[in-house]
Amino acid sequence: MAYNHKTELSKPERFAPGHRLCSGCGAGILCRAMTRALDEKDRAVIVNATGCLEVSSFLYPYTAWEDSYIHGAFENASAIASGVDAAIKMKKKKGDIEGEYKVLVIGGDGGTYDIGFQSLSGAMERGTDMTYFCYDNEAYMNTGIQRSSSTPRFASATTTPAGKVSTGKIQDKKDLTEIMAAHNIPYVAQTTYIGNLKDLHEKSHKAIYTPGAAFVNVMSPCPRGWQYPTEDLALLCKMAVETCVWPLYEVIEGQWYLNYEPKKKLPVEEFMKLQGRFRHCFKPGNEWTIEEAQAYVDKKWNRLLEKAK
Amino acid sequence: MSIKERMSGNEAVAYAMKQIEPDVFAAFPITPSTEIPQYFAQYVADGKVSTEFVTVESEHSSMSACMGAEAAGCRAVTATSSAGLAFMYEMLYVVASSRLPVTLACVNRALTGPININNDHSDSMGARDSGWIQIYAENNQEAYDNYLQAMRIAERADVRLPIMVCQDGFITSHAVENILLENDEKVKKFVGEYRPENYLLNSERPYAVGPYDTCPYYMEHKVQQAEAMKNAKQAILDVAADFEKTFGRSYGLIEKYKMDDAEAALVLIGSTAGTAKACIDDMRSRGMKVGLVKIRAFRPFPGEEIAAALEGVKAVAVMDKSEGFTGCGGPVYSETAAACIAMENIPVMIDVVYGLGGRDCRVEDIERVYNHLFEIISTGERGPVYIHMGQRSNEKEVL
Repeated sequence: MAYNHKTELSKPERFAPGHRLCSGCGAGILCRAMTRALDEKDRAVIVNATGCLEVSSFLYPYTAWEDSYIHGAFENASAIASGVDAAIKMKKKKGDIEGEYKVLVIGGDGGTYDIGFQSLSGAMERGTDMTYFCYDNEAYMNTGIQRSSSTPRFASATTTPAGKVSTGKIQDKKDLTEIMAAHNIPYVAQTTYIGNLKDLHEKSHKAIYTPGAAFVNVMSPCPRGWQYPTEDLALLCKMAVETCVWPLYEVIEGQWYLNYEPKKKLPVEEFMKLQGRFRHCFKPGNEWTIEEAQAYVDKKWNRLLEKAK
Repeated sequence: MSIKERMSGNEAVAYAMKQIEPDVFAAFPITPSTEIPQYFAQYVADGKVSTEFVTVESEHSSMSACMGAEAAGCRAVTATSSAGLAFMYEMLYVVASSRLPVTLACVNRALTGPININNDHSDSMGARDSGWIQIYAENNQEAYDNYLQAMRIAERADVRLPIMVCQDGFITSHAVENILLENDEKVKKFVGEYRPENYLLNSERPYAVGPYDTCPYYMEHKVQQAEAMKNAKQAILDVAADFEKTFGRSYGLIEKYKMDDAEAALVLIGSTAGTAKACIDDMRSRGMKVGLVKIRAFRPFPGEEIAAALEGVKAVAVMDKSEGFTGCGGPVYSETAAACIAMENIPVMIDVVYGLGGRDCRVEDIERVYNHLFEIISTGERGPVYIHMGQRSNEKEVL
């Protein structure tokens, strides 16, 4: 069925207002979108890694989640999900469950790219029937904007600050979507908050309803860490896609599909200049940082075009 | 009618698991507990159980998977040892505070540093403050019997705490001994079904587990947990009473062996109790009044029961099979000494740390401890309080 934004948004909310996420934060958009992607009759168990989202959405005695929810620790959301998946299978065997349950796992880049990487890889390899949504805001935001393996090169973070002799993070961003694709799971996708959220919705729905393990990496700007005015969130996502910093693509059963190719690929500085974390890159003498950032994006983009041929 | 068999402790626990048929078993191997998931995997492969067997990539994940499954309304189990238990450490606390009655078969092994695969209690003793019930077995029969009782203790409404069923690595886990097994149906009936009040897959009512807990609530939750641990004492006794009625074997929080007129006594945990009993029988035949208090439940700690058992004893050696590194004695000693402080006549008490990393403890070693206690009684000199048994050193050793 064709995506209809109005119809989708008229569905009952499954992530309630009253949560304590910052305005201009991407995570809340994802929570609403991923639960909206569930067929209304289906139930979900949300498994959440420790992070901003967890401390903002389930403060005892209040929860923003209309579905069942479990949080254990930072590094093990995928392992907890494996237990929930096993429980669903067992209860189905026993005839002890009503209706369809989907396991939706959500974590930030800290809980996904880094500390949760082992349990994520394990759960993916085992073919756990779950969808992992990473809200990738490219640093450890909950503890105060420390660098992660997802932080892009040249971004200033509190453990890789720009300074007199530093131009921010030294290493390139880890390509987790590609690593997940290398697990040969049936569905992997990369998306962000673009336009009427059609891309996010369709990928979420596909991921949730693909039997077995699925992974959706969602670029989720953070106004505190990236340093932008909260109303610019959509603009940032648009620029990430138009500059090919964050291409929209899917890997379905090992086949790569590029979902959007900009008519005119914008220079990477169009994305960088909107954010305080790259401010130092625009200082005289640091032009090379933008050149190298551009070279990196070009290299990755060309590789993706090859794969998605 | 019980079935007479010969089995190792590991096989006995795996066999108990097969009879109970838990909903979910999350497994990761580590010596010496590896055999438990191996035996169980064969039961799965042969269609003898319908359990969901999840072969996770680490112990942290096995405990996490147990958390997910148990919260979802299933009975979840795992098995581990040593570094595996240490790797679970964070999740032990999370599972306990989430009041999820997961069952863990702990096959005790020394903690790494340096690596050593043999038995001592440093692994589970390190987890003694994590909020888990801990029950220890002397032999394969007790490992089996304790496992059959574990879930009923843990799942009781006024308890709802996870439980560790411990046995000594290799000594109990790998030695094949005679055992009485019970009939499948009788076991299933005794253990019963797990029917939690709230669970993730309850279609009537969604459920949320693992909140961020702020100052106004956190302490109340900890007190509830502490109350549950207190309640576990009665639960252990009640389940043991029903176990005795059903299967004929008797259990308590502690076991007293020839304590009625004992002048010198040992307090210890696990398989060394068997060695001590042999020593006691021998020394008693020579007219020496020696006895033993074996701790079966270390959490909750049966302080009052131990103090009552030691009433009238002149000298006590608490035997610690883990170091503790407090600088003044192992954990069993500290807790036993604390428990005895309310006694009218506190016996002279020393701590003997022994058997670390699988160092053998023989009948003659136990006899040396008793003889040392009699020397203390006759001279009135307590001497060193915190002793390591059988040390290779140039200095004159106490034991």
